[in-house]
Amino acid sequence: MSMIEARGLTRHFKTRTGLVEAVRGVDFHVADGELVGFLGPNGAGKTTTQRMLATLLAPTAGEATVAGRDLRRDPTGVRRAIGYVAQGGATNPSAAVDEELVVQARLYGLSADEGRRRARALRDHLDLADLGERLIKQLSGGQRRRLDIALGMIHEPRLIFLDEPSTGLDPHSRANLWGHIRGLRDRAGTTIFLTTHYLDEADALCDRILIIDHGQIVAAGTPAELKRRISGDLVTLEVGDAAAAERARALLADRDGVRDVTIHDAAVRVTVEQGDAAALVLMRALDDAGLAVASLRVAHPTLDDVFLTLTGRSLRDAEADASGASHVGPA
Amino acid sequence: MSVLRDAGTIFRYQLRLLIREPVWFVIALVQPLLYLALFAPLLDRITDTPGFPEGDAWSVFVPGLLIQLGMFGSMFVGFGLIAEVRYGVVERMRVTPASRLGLLLGRVLRDTLVLLVQAALLTAVAVAFGLRVPLVGALITVAIVGLLGVALSSLSYAAGMWLKSEDALAPLLNMVAVPAMLLSGILLPMSLAPRWLYRLSRANPFSHVVDGARAAFRGDYGTTSLLAGLISATLLAIVGLAVATRTFQRETA
Ligand SMILES: Nc1ncnc2c1ncn2[C@@H]1O[C@H](COP(=O)(O)OP(=O)(O)OP(=O)(O)O)[C@@H](O)[C@H]1O
Ligand SMILES: [Mg+2]
Repeated sequence: MSMIEARGLTRHFKTRTGLVEAVRGVDFHVADGELVGFLGPNGAGKTTTQRMLATLLAPTAGEATVAGRDLRRDPTGVRRAIGYVAQGGATNPSAAVDEELVVQARLYGLSADEGRRRARALRDHLDLADLGERLIKQLSGGQRRRLDIALGMIHEPRLIFLDEPSTGLDPHSRANLWGHIRGLRDRAGTTIFLTTHYLDEADALCDRILIIDHGQIVAAGTPAELKRRISGDLVTLEVGDAAAAERARALLADRDGVRDVTIHDAAVRVTVEQGDAAALVLMRALDDAGLAVASLRVAHPTLDDVFLTLTGRSLRDAEADASGASHVGPA
Repeated sequence: MSVLRDAGTIFRYQLRLLIREPVWFVIALVQPLLYLALFAPLLDRITDTPGFPEGDAWSVFVPGLLIQLGMFGSMFVGFGLIAEVRYGVVERMRVTPASRLGLLLGRVLRDTLVLLVQAALLTAVAVAFGLRVPLVGALITVAIVGLLGVALSSLSYAAGMWLKSEDALAPLLNMVAVPAMLLSGILLPMSLAPRWLYRLSRANPFSHVVDGARAAFRGDYGTTSLLAGLISATLLAIVGLAVATRTFQRETA
């Protein structure tokens, strides 16, 4: 079954400087129980897409089914089934932690007792154990972020949208959060649709990744598929000297599955679909021809390489630009 | 019913948040008393003015003060909503299946309760100062204040939701509030006004509300003034709630 089914989803904004086409006809689906990452640079349209799917923003065009409910015809049905954690936080500084959690539970139709019980359990999970009575303005940024996430989960939704959940968390909290997100999916079968700027996060956490740029999905697949499809793996074989490398190149260039071979000093660099499987085959072929292989290295492309290939920009650059732009004064 | 349930949840939540702000609490309670203490001494001679309505100065002035409380006490709640929008709290609640009307009503009820407490306090203190008013008349007036509270807190939320900016809300409220107050006879009765001004004031629903409250204070329960005042206040509350509900539903669809 599909948990999200988006067809031609589009959103324009009218601004003083003209029309912004934030999301330009995206089509995708997310299966029940999948953990899908939405990866893209600043302004790509990630938040806008999630806000449409979470019933917060009416699409300019297109339609979607979310948790089996039609987005336009049954927004309340959609709301009952989903949780949403906004990018910018969602808590009142003057409220206490458990106060927000219990009110949120009540708004989802749970009793106050049940709300308190779940609040305690979520706090235990998310490293907020002793902070139930604390005012939110007295929390650290990371603690507040984890509270946002707890608020999105208190009703145990079947589908949860997380907009850059790990922004502002230290490495320890991030690792914990990843564990909790995975656990949510593995234990409760919750479908998770998250956006992220972090390549390592998308890579480590997600079953599948959608890459969005300028309001359009430019690629979709498992992290491994994407990396394979875009750049291929690089197998480097050291063969003694330049002459041997030249012979190795002639031998390997025409083999099936080999995309490209280049010489680098005494080594050949072979681009193949799947480096791990190809490495031994390539080595054996050289061995059979009497070329001794001194060393062997397999390098997998990173998602950053994928992103660069697809969009002509590095995701890290996009991030650096955005954070640089928000600083005033000389760098 | 889920509207009432959600309204109750939001009402209690908003009330707790408010009570937690000690500064606000002191201001809310002291302000009406300040009006009483600083304005009442001016009233001693004013009853001799030709055209001043019957009744002693207190029973003319205190109902006006109560209606003013009703008009201004909850007029600025829209600012609080804009802050909540900015914190992301409103959006968080919009994603829940909670009734949109419930989210609005809970806030309006909180504001109205606060107003009723202020109105009761003000009346009690005025009695201690020397006001003489029948109990029923005082209760009717406090109820009218409550209706005004519903109307103006709803309209203020609607304006806040619509404008989403403090910088735009402040001038709008000023533009509406000052003429509405001057043309209502809150401070001085409109019976003192020249004919053209009096006619103009009749177009202002608040002027009927003020007259109604003064009639209630005199114990004139059978007069058309009281009826007109009650009807005006009720209509204002209905219109305010309707506008705010529509705005909430549209802006948070
Ligand atoms: N309310 C709005 N009014 C006008 N333009 C908007 C509005 N919201 C978003 N946009 C524009 O739409 C585009 C997409 O924005 P969106 O917030 O979806 O990006 P994003 O992928 O979430 O970026 P980020 O990584 O920075 O969060 C941007 O160009 C943004 O300026
Ligand atoms: Mg975003």
